[in-house]
Amino acid sequence: MAQDVKPRIKLPKSAAAGETISIKTLINHTMESGQRKDADGNLIPRSIINRFTTEFNGQMVVDVVMEPAISTNPYFEFEAVVPEAGEFKFTWYDDDGSIYEETKKIALG
Amino acid sequence: MQLSRRNVMIMGAGAFVAFGLPMRASAAAEDRIAEFTGGAAMSDTGITLTAPEIAENGNTVPVEVSAPGAVSILVLATGNPTPGVATFNFGPLAGSQYGSTRIRLAGTQDVVAIAKMQDGTFARASRNVKVTIGGCGG
Amino acid sequence: MTRNTMIAAFFGATAMLTSPAFAEPVDDTLILNEELELVTRTAPSAALEGALPEVISGWHFRGTETRAMQADDFDNPGMMFVEQARESWDTVEGEAGKSCASCHGSVDESMKGVRAVYPKWNEAAGEVRTLEMQVNACRTEQMKAEPLKYSGSDMINMTALISSVSRGMPVNVAIDGPARETWEKGKEIYYTRYGQLELSCANCHEQNYGNMIRADHLSQGQINGFPTYRLKNTKLNSAHGRFKGCIRDTRGETFAEGSPEFIALELYVASRGNGLSVEGPSVRN
Repeated sequence: MAQDVKPRIKLPKSAAAGETISIKTLINHTMESGQRKDADGNLIPRSIINRFTTEFNGQMVVDVVMEPAISTNPYFEFEAVVPEAGEFKFTWYDDDGSIYEETKKIALG
Repeated sequence: MQLSRRNVMIMGAGAFVAFGLPMRASAAAEDRIAEFTGGAAMSDTGITLTAPEIAENGNTVPVEVSAPGAVSILVLATGNPTPGVATFNFGPLAGSQYGSTRIRLAGTQDVVAIAKMQDGTFARASRNVKVTIGGCGG
Repeated sequence: MTRNTMIAAFFGATAMLTSPAFAEPVDDTLILNEELELVTRTAPSAALEGALPEVISGWHFRGTETRAMQADDFDNPGMMFVEQARESWDTVEGEAGKSCASCHGSVDESMKGVRAVYPKWNEAAGEVRTLEMQVNACRTEQMKAEPLKYSGSDMINMTALISSVSRGMPVNVAIDGPARETWEKGKEIYYTRYGQLELSCANCHEQNYGNMIRADHLSQGQINGFPTYRLKNTKLNSAHGRFKGCIRDTRGETFAEGSPEFIALELYVASRGNGLSVEGPSVRN
């Protein structure tokens, strides 16, 4: 499990029914590409977050397959439709099997 | 920073070595494209790829893709050791078929984005990004 | 090869160039989170003794996307580490059973203005202290906790937090009185040539700011934006860390982070930016 991995989410607290909102996500993770070498010249094995998904009330918003070319501290910005009040669930899947999750509620208004 | 054409030419002339020779699009990139499209033809409209002309640093390059009506968008860095960058898959609650992220580019190269549209057709956009070598050892 | 020719060659000029390429620092305004306008260009303070016609933040020498990344606290990856430090601020550590908050309360209130005046003379200790030194003094003397590694991530995160709550305030380090001697020493180091390449800070940052060094846009070397999140290593970098890197790049033996030489240099370099807004954590290439 990567050390102290903590996601951050930015989205509005409320939206009108059917409104499109912008969501930004950031998570601190080294995203070890598998290309780097250590001090002895050995290849450091790949260890990245390989997938990021966002769901709202159980329906998919985005599902991103991530490869080693995504920079350290992966950042995403995308848009979601908000049909009703509810909860966004954000999930990051690590090569090592760890899963990082964050949820954010949004109200109608 | 403001770059006049003159400055870019001076930079270009003097910094040919600094930019490095552009990397060739790899066979691996072509394979990924073929895998994604099944060999289908790709239109050059319907998808926008935004990337800086000159990346401040190859380690963290902001890029954006947008293809209204797409089901998914594949992003490739054709000059990287492995070309795959990301595949954005858009679900029913996606507000738009837009995604922005930060990527690593190993050197000056073409970044390519291919959208698979709802009707099964494909669209392709490409941007050349210059990746520079910094001053004092970077 | 004469030194001047070497420098010309070093600045990415080929034989056909008569002078290195120059690019104006960009004409733009740094507005943080759409609400706080920062001072990134201003008249030089007396500390510079006329060395620069204007003081300009390193922000103006970076590309469009890099500048935009700093303007929003979410887009700025350095702020992630500020958040981590906020947790540390509230965490009890050491035998005295205290956290930073136990004595200082809210970091936003108690630390406002602190970054702007460091490095600073500490009368009781009889020395100029950097922010890192003061953090460790608090930890060891008040919290009875272990000091943080000077150049470690816990310390950098903490200085980023303390810096972040002063953003927008003018840098204002004192260079007179008991700090004067340290300041003079820092000034001497700034103008001393180091390494096989025999370069001083001034050679690049005073005589050549605005010029391109290979494809890099040379800044004035101000530290009002430190600690800074560098795109190059995707983490926060401290001023001493950068000093060390710069001297290493002259191909010379460098001073250590936290050394008296770098403390003096930090005081001097900070004073060159007196008047600019505190920007840290900034985003640089």
